[in-house]
Amino acid sequence: MDLAYTPKQRAFRAEVRAWLADNVPRTPLVSYDTREGFEQHREWERRLFDARLSMVMWPEALGGRGCDLIEWLIFEEEYYASGAPLRVNQNGQLLLGPTLMEFGTEAQKQRFLPRMAASEDMWAQGWSEPNAGSDMAAITSKAIREGDHYVLNGQKTWSTRAIYADWLFGLFRSDPASSRHHGLSFLLVPLDTPGVTIRPIRALNGKEAFAEIFFDDVRVPVENRIGDEGKGWHVAMATAGFERGLLLRSPGRFQHTARRLVALYQAHRESADRDPTIRDAVCESWMGAEAYALSAYHTVGRLAKGARIGDEASTNKIVWSELDLKMHETAMRILGARAELVAEAPEAEDGASWLEGFLFAQAGPIYAGTNEIQRNIIAERMLGLPKS
Amino acid sequence: MDFTFSDDQLAFREAVSRFLMTEAAPEMLREIWETDVGRSPDLRHKIAEQGLTALSVPESCGGLGMDDVAWSLMTQELGYYAIPDSLADTAYVAAGLIAALPERLPSREEWLRRITDGSIRIAVGHPVNPLVADAHPADLLLLAHGDEVHAVPRALADVIANPSIDCSRRLGRVVWEPNTATLVAAGEAGRALWAATLERGVLSVSGQLLGLAQRMLDLSVDYTAQRKQFGKPIGSFQAVKHHLADVATRIEFAKPVLYRAAHAVARGDADASVRVSHAKLACGEAAWLAGRHGIQVHGAMGYTWEVDLQMFMKRAWALDASWGDRGFHKARVAGFVLGDAAALGPGRTFGE
Repeated sequence: MDLAYTPKQRAFRAEVRAWLADNVPRTPLVSYDTREGFEQHREWERRLFDARLSMVMWPEALGGRGCDLIEWLIFEEEYYASGAPLRVNQNGQLLLGPTLMEFGTEAQKQRFLPRMAASEDMWAQGWSEPNAGSDMAAITSKAIREGDHYVLNGQKTWSTRAIYADWLFGLFRSDPASSRHHGLSFLLVPLDTPGVTIRPIRALNGKEAFAEIFFDDVRVPVENRIGDEGKGWHVAMATAGFERGLLLRSPGRFQHTARRLVALYQAHRESADRDPTIRDAVCESWMGAEAYALSAYHTVGRLAKGARIGDEASTNKIVWSELDLKMHETAMRILGARAELVAEAPEAEDGASWLEGFLFAQAGPIYAGTNEIQRNIIAERMLGLPKS
Repeated sequence: MDFTFSDDQLAFREAVSRFLMTEAAPEMLREIWETDVGRSPDLRHKIAEQGLTALSVPESCGGLGMDDVAWSLMTQELGYYAIPDSLADTAYVAAGLIAALPERLPSREEWLRRITDGSIRIAVGHPVNPLVADAHPADLLLLAHGDEVHAVPRALADVIANPSIDCSRRLGRVVWEPNTATLVAAGEAGRALWAATLERGVLSVSGQLLGLAQRMLDLSVDYTAQRKQFGKPIGSFQAVKHHLADVATRIEFAKPVLYRAAHAVARGDADASVRVSHAKLACGEAAWLAGRHGIQVHGAMGYTWEVDLQMFMKRAWALDASWGDRGFHKARVAGFVLGDAAALGPGRTFGE
């Protein structure tokens, strides 16, 4: 155990901090759940990419800088501490990116990854269907092979920011006689292909934050398939565990929120202290965020030594989503009667950022596998309890 | 930056676990409970033979010179097997205090050598604890009089037993008179010794609480995988699964907090006391939840004397408020968190 950063790690932190101090927009960008905000965030991603800071862990040849996981944690800490914009292309960069690296052909990697790192292509995901949510293996959208194309028919839903995106990645049933996890293929679909219809779904905040997507005889070239035909489930799940749990929501994000919450409490201390449980919740928020960070460093260290992180990764998802919820609930309680004010309200505090975060936090225990599913995974695979 | 244990450390822990599994089975602990003194000289002898009493003693006095980080693994094993207080109190908490005494003190080396060979039991009467654990069978008592540290031979103190719901706890009110012959440190030096001893005592029970939580989880998993109702193991029902998944999650996220705290104490970091209190709260909450959910999934069996869960559950309840109750530790965390906001936020986890 050696809890000192190396000179190289410290230099990297200093470089990232200095660049962010010079480059983070002074006024917050418009919400990326709007067309205008989406494009603003795309521009921001481009600046990150030009500084080779958009995907620091990716190899240099793909626009990254080959950082290890500790350097990635450092980057994330600095990124969130600086108050930089949220990452608009995360679904592609963090969910599809690692899959492409592991299963993509050389040509696919060259074609998709640099453009993804630069956010020239924005990616939406196509997992869920109206009848395939927590039970994802119930997917029915079809991809029937016709020569060197697949013909797609069916419907996907809950696809984040899909109305603004360029591409979709998802699972389709390529073997119509198959069921459950078999016979699925992992396909990449340009969203401007004829036959694709995208209908926005308004989210809790009133914005068109996600969408349902209809496929009517949509022709997709076979070269857009990742991995073998019929092996899509395996491809999708291979990078599902640790990488998604931790990469998707790094600790810096929550440590930053915890610090903001402490500041909010201090600014409203007199009124907040009328409810003695608030002070306790503020301190617990710091402890929770700190525990998540410590767990990340512990895990990353074990990975570096060659350990395989297994199903205990499901605990990450539960911890960060419930922590995020708790912190934003506490902020709402501190703000009291003004907590309900939206950004347009002249008397809203801090541009209603706590309200926005509170609304988004409601989704945390639901997306990326509900927390009930995560608890099942922990119980069955980590503790070895019998399947129901 | 490497926040992991070495292979040697992990192998040592594994060896300790295997040893205690055979030598400290629940049936044996129950037998020890029934004795007047509540302690087994035979078990202590075997533990000393394994070198476990020598861990913290400096190498110059025949010990292994291990630090708090190694103990953060050891104490989990002591908790997992519900080893009574006197071992960690003697070999870790008291050993740390005595090793920090001036070398010119004549008894210092003798005490350390006797800790190493397992021939002495030392009880620690830190002011944060109203009663002293294992004072009755102790050979030596380390007691506080203001800032002063006194090393009091057992014969010079009266101990009034105060039985605990945890039969492994042997608590006593110690009645004694300070005198110059027993004084080993005073003033600033005494204050510093008690302060360092507090952190070590808290770390010790934190690790034990975490081990207790893991044991209760393991017992609960075993029980619910076997017990059948409605024709199926009850562990296949989601309501039961989710209870135990929550315990597993709590344990998983308390571990690194404990390790960070142990490292902070070993290194003397400025924020050590905050890290230690965070560890106590996290480990205590894991143990408390493991008990609550543990008894729930055991059903009526969990409410019996017969089923082993009670041994670990009652010990967790008892240790949760020892070495500072939750209010004490929450206050220490709050003093830091609600103080200087500039000291918080991403990138501060390792004090840079």
